[in-house]
Formats: sequence, C-alpha cells, structure tokens
Amino acid sequence: MSKIGIIISREYTTRVMKKSFLLLTFLTPLLFVAMIMIPLWLSNIHDDTLKNIIVIDKTGLYHDALKSNDTYTFVFSDKPLDNFRKKEKTGNELTAVLYITADLSTKPNAVSLYSEKQVNVELKSYISGLLGDFVQKQKLAGYNIPNLKEVVEKSKTNVDISTIKWNADGQEKEGSAELALIIGMISAFLIYIFIMSYGSQVMSGVLQEKTSRIVEVIISSVKPFELMMGKIIGIALVGLTQFFMWIALTLIITAGLSVFMGGGIDTEAIQSAQQINMPGMQSGMSQSDTQSMITEIYKSLNGFDFFKTLVLFIIYFLGGYLLYASLFAAIGSAVDNETDTQQFSMPLTIPILFAIYAAIYSAQNPDGPLAFWCSLIPFTSPIVMMVRLPFDVPAWQIVLSIVILVLSFIGTTWIAGKIYRTGILMYGKKVSWKELWRWVRYK
Amino acid sequence: MNLLEINNVVKQYSGQLALNDVSLIVPRGSVYGLLGPNGAGKTTLIRIINCITAPDSGEILLNGKKLTPADVRNIGYLPEERGLYKKMKVGEQAMYLARLKGMTKHDATKALKYWFEKFEIQDWWNKKVEELSKGMAQKVQFITTILHNPDLLIFDEPFSGFDPVNADILKKEILALRDKGATIIFSTHNMESVEELCENISLVNKARIVLQGKVADIRASQSTRSLVIRSSTPFTPYNCNIISQTDKNGMFETTLVKGSNLSNNELLAELMKQTDIVSFEELLPTMNDIFIRTVTTQPPKGGV
Repeated sequence: MSKIGIIISREYTTRVMKKSFLLLTFLTPLLFVAMIMIPLWLSNIHDDTLKNIIVIDKTGLYHDALKSNDTYTFVFSDKPLDNFRKKEKTGNELTAVLYITADLSTKPNAVSLYSEKQVNVELKSYISGLLGDFVQKQKLAGYNIPNLKEVVEKSKTNVDISTIKWNADGQEKEGSAELALIIGMISAFLIYIFIMSYGSQVMSGVLQEKTSRIVEVIISSVKPFELMMGKIIGIALVGLTQFFMWIALTLIITAGLSVFMGGGIDTEAIQSAQQINMPGMQSGMSQSDTQSMITEIYKSLNGFDFFKTLVLFIIYFLGGYLLYASLFAAIGSAVDNETDTQQFSMPLTIPILFAIYAAIYSAQNPDGPLAFWCSLIPFTSPIVMMVRLPFDVPAWQIVLSIVILVLSFIGTTWIAGKIYRTGILMYGKKVSWKELWRWVRYK
Repeated sequence: MNLLEINNVVKQYSGQLALNDVSLIVPRGSVYGLLGPNGAGKTTLIRIINCITAPDSGEILLNGKKLTPADVRNIGYLPEERGLYKKMKVGEQAMYLARLKGMTKHDATKALKYWFEKFEIQDWWNKKVEELSKGMAQKVQFITTILHNPDLLIFDEPFSGFDPVNADILKKEILALRDKGATIIFSTHNMESVEELCENISLVNKARIVLQGKVADIRASQSTRSLVIRSSTPFTPYNCNIISQTDKNGMFETTLVKGSNLSNNELLAELMKQTDIVSFEELLPTMNDIFIRTVTTQPPKGGV
C-alpha cells in the first residue's frame, strides 16, 4: 500500500469506528423513516377494524346512498332507537347508530348519529359526504332539466395542474414541480451539511495533528501534501460512506416495515387515502391531504431520473467538498489553536451560507440570472446546481459548471498545499492574510 | 567512509538567514553532536536532512550520493517537539508510523514485538496514548524512530522528559545501535551527555557553525593550561604561574597555569626532582564551559 493509502485508511477507520459516527449513521435513517412512516401508519390503524353502523331510516329513502366500504358496514334496521340504547347484542360490535327521521332535502338536520364513544370526525364527514352527494343528485333530478347532472358534474372543477416536461427530443415526461423542488432542496442541504461538517473535521484534524506535534514525526516519513490529501480523501470517504449508508438503511427500514405491516404500506395506505377522498369531501381533511401528496410523490417518482441526480450529487458533493476541505486544511495548518480558526474560516463559511440562500431563491426561479451565475461560480455551484438540476438545466451549463469546479478545486488544493507545507511546522506565530499569501509564493 | 556530508548549505526564511554556509561531515558509525542555543538553526538543518525543507543552495550527500526524498526511509528522526495521536492505541499507532516508514505489516509486527519486549512494555499495546505518562510516550516514540533499522538516526533532545534511570537505558540503547553500525546525529543542550556519547560535534550559533571537530580535540584546544597537582611537599616549578597552594591534612594541592611551550611531561620531569607526586590532572574545560564561552563571545552576525 502506498503511503497516502495508509494515511487514508487510518483517517477512514478511526473516524468510522467512532461512536458518534455510528450513532449518527444509524439513527438518521430511522428518524427519516419515522418522519414519513408514522403519519402513514397512524392512518393505517383506522382501517384494521371493521365498523358497523346501524341505520334506522324512517323515510326509507337512503338505502342506496349508504354503501358499505372496507372500513364501514351499514346495517339497516327497523327496530326503534331505544333498543340500541340498551346495548342489544348484534353479533358484530356496534360503532354507531345513524338515525334519519325526515327527508333530508327539505329538512337537512333530520339526521343524527348516536354512539357510546365519541364519533370520530372521519366517520361523520364520510356519512355527511355520502348523504350530501345523494341529496344533491336527488335535488338536481327534481329540476327536470335534461343532462343537468352532467352539466353540474362538468362545472365542478378540481384544478390539478400536472407538469409535463419536454426533453430534447420533444418527448413528454411527467414530473412534479413539488417533488423536484423537494429532492433538489434535500440534496442541496445535504451537500451544505456535508461540506460544513466534514470540512471542519478536516480543519480540526489538521489542527490537532499540529498542536499535538505528531506532524513533526509523520512529516519525516511522508510529504506534507500526501498527509494533507490523505486526510482530505479519507474524510471524503467517510462522508460518502455515511451518505450511502443512509440511503441503504432508509431503503432497508422502509422495506422491512412494509413487510412487517403486511401487504406493503405504500399501496394500502394510498388506497385507503384515495377511498376516503372518493365521496368528494372537501371538509378539512388535512390528513388525507398529506396522504394524497404522498400518493402524488409516488406517482411522479417514475418520471424522475434518480440515477442522473445521484451521479451529479456525488460529483458536486466531492467537487464542493474538495474545494472547501483543502482550504479548511490550509487554515487548520496556519493557526495555532481552535479560537484562531474562527477568524480565518469566516471567509469560507460566508460563501457556503450564501449558497444556501441562493439555492432557496434559485428554486423559485431556476433559470434566473442568480441561479445561472451561482451554479457556475465554484464556491456556490455544488449547492445551487442541485436545486436547479430537477428543472432540466441545459447540459452545457452542467458540464461547464463541473469543469469550473474541478479546475477550481485543483487550484485551491495547490494553494492549500503551499500554505499547509509551511504552516504545519510553524509555531507561535500569529499569521495574517499577507503572511499566508507569502507562504503560497514560496518556492 | 562518511555517511553524511553537508556542503555549504544556505537557507533563508522570509529574509532571515536560518543557515549560513553550513558544512559538516558525519563519519559512519559514530555519534555526532549538533549543538547550539535555541533558534540557532539546528532544527532547520535537521529538517533539511530529512527533506522536509529544501536548502536554498548547497548540497547534502548520503553515502557519497546526493540525498533524495527516497533516502529518507533510511533515516529515523525523533523530533524535539513530538506527539502521538492521543485517541489511538499504542500498538496501532506504532504500527501506523512503522508502515509510513515503508515497513510491511509482517516486519513491523515482528520488530515491534521485539522492542516492546525489550523495553518490557508489552501490556501497553492496547492502551490509548492519553493514558500514558510523558516518559512512557517518549519510550514508544523512541521505538517508532528506530524500528525500521535506519542507517542514520537523528535524535533531537532525546532525554527530555526521562527520569535518570530511563535516560540511562536510552543512552545504552543509543550506544548499542551505534555498535550495530548505525550513525547517530544527536542534538541536545545536555552537555554532559555530549561528553559521554559524542565523538564529533558542531556548534551552531546564529545560523553559522562556530566550532567543529572531535570532542577530545576541542576540549584540548580550549585548554587554559591549568593543572591540579597533589604532592607530599610544596614545590615551585620553573616557568609556571601558581594560582593557589594549600595544605590539606599534610597533602599539598597546587593549582597552576603552565607557561607557554611547556609540555606536561617536561613539567612532570621537573616536579619529580622536587617532590613526590600523588596526582596530576589537567583541568580541561567542560563542554558546558566551551558552549557558553563560544556562544557568548561570538561577534554579532555579519551580512550574507
């Protein structure tokens, strides 16, 4: 193994074996899955038991309106209401009694729902949706206008804009702007977090080697540049490991949970979500709203090029990381203690922070001048481009931005190597920017 | 045959001269002392030998050939300011440093086992470095320096942090390494150990070598021609300047400065005629005296 390989493997193994790394790597996907799964799971719980509703319909008009579904079974009965008050056993456990006393088209409040427990909002709105629809149809029929039902049906417009992208060949590709945005923002934030946390790990690692003076020993065996690059690459591999572990663990946990909950959570939950929505209830169902959003996401995932996004994510992550990490390493080598790092890392954290703001604005206007320039400038491009990516950025822009990024990180690594070489063995000297520039120009 | 030759090395740091025309020759299989006050340029010179920095001009020959970065694997360097990764285990760390020196895993394990047994520190293997005392860490570091059997060993203040017992063990190990054929450059402020270990020295001050040669020759050349002679009766030698003469319980102790051109033998021959000589000792200056005198009386540094 070459010396740089030995350094990389030390940097990698000592970090990967750390408790904090293991904790973060294994807990984050759990948290992530929990965030998605718990609402889905909670909505699933309702579907597990069949609920019986006794209907006492004095008008006899609504037999056709009340149709049983997977969740609720309607049982029609002629017995008086008081019979049920005394807990008559009906075989199936009884959830509620629906009591209709008069024609609802003239007396809309002639319906009551009796229950021993608090009737849940879902059941109430489900029944009122069914009856409301039925009465509406009846009323429309009463106007005796031909095709009125169809006219009204047509006039009822559920505005649902689907976004369809044309690719270079003019072929249509269905996509969801929301989903693109979500994935773009998540990857931009991931790159931001990775650059910040792993960049500062490089800095503190270099500083630690300097203050503990181990560098004096190592530097007689390896070139300073090898030591610096070994650390940077080793930590990059730690970052990639964490990233892939997160993806793999999220998938495994999701798959595991689906099997555990029987029949695949995604399909079932979505089905039930759709069923609840079917009777056309618009009455404040925030839960089913989120569920339909998830349905939407599942549908549009097919139109999303995951492979391309993943590859570009890795390229931009590595490019951005190498660009910043080498400069962080240079700072770590130039200063003598932790407090001095803040003064020098400011000029590095400001562009990263700026990139996040630029990314948020670019998401709103992915082809605007801010988005365009910030996705070319290497200090912001890794973060901003990730947000623009789902909006089909022209290929030449992606290529140009990657080329600029690669050239820049070669440049910063070269400069950082110069500073590092001098700084790592320089003690007790308060450095200034001027001093750093002088180190860069040393032969 | 000389192991290391340094010819006219000049090194400048941001306008300041760190080494000014430094030349020295280290014979193979010897212990060479590199002395000088703090900031004189010793560390810069050592770093140049280790190819950590390059000289502005001048050349360095190892085994008669120009030194290349590849030769550094034949050098073991124990820096004055030294440290280890605090969170790493002793064994892992020693292994890491050995492998950076180009040893294979197999060789490193074998050599580490030998040295850990020799220093009786096998049970440290799985300890974290932060659990060790300073002296213990120094021992580990000494092992990692010599582990790969380098031809040239450079020790910068090797005894700092050691108690007298361990310092003595270390001294013996250094001499044993020399006897096995290693060449040792040894930088220290401890002049007693210089007298004990070194055959040759160079004294660096203000970027220049101000004194160089065999320790014995230097001490002789710096002689103040003072003698302490004990005898049964007082005497008055010819061509000598007696500083003091005291009667110590019937024994006369005389301190004198020899006149010029008078050899010890001539003086003895004369004294034998006058009295019974009990002891005769030349007062050679210690390296400590020479160091202080040379450094404090050196004229201010000239231009480049």
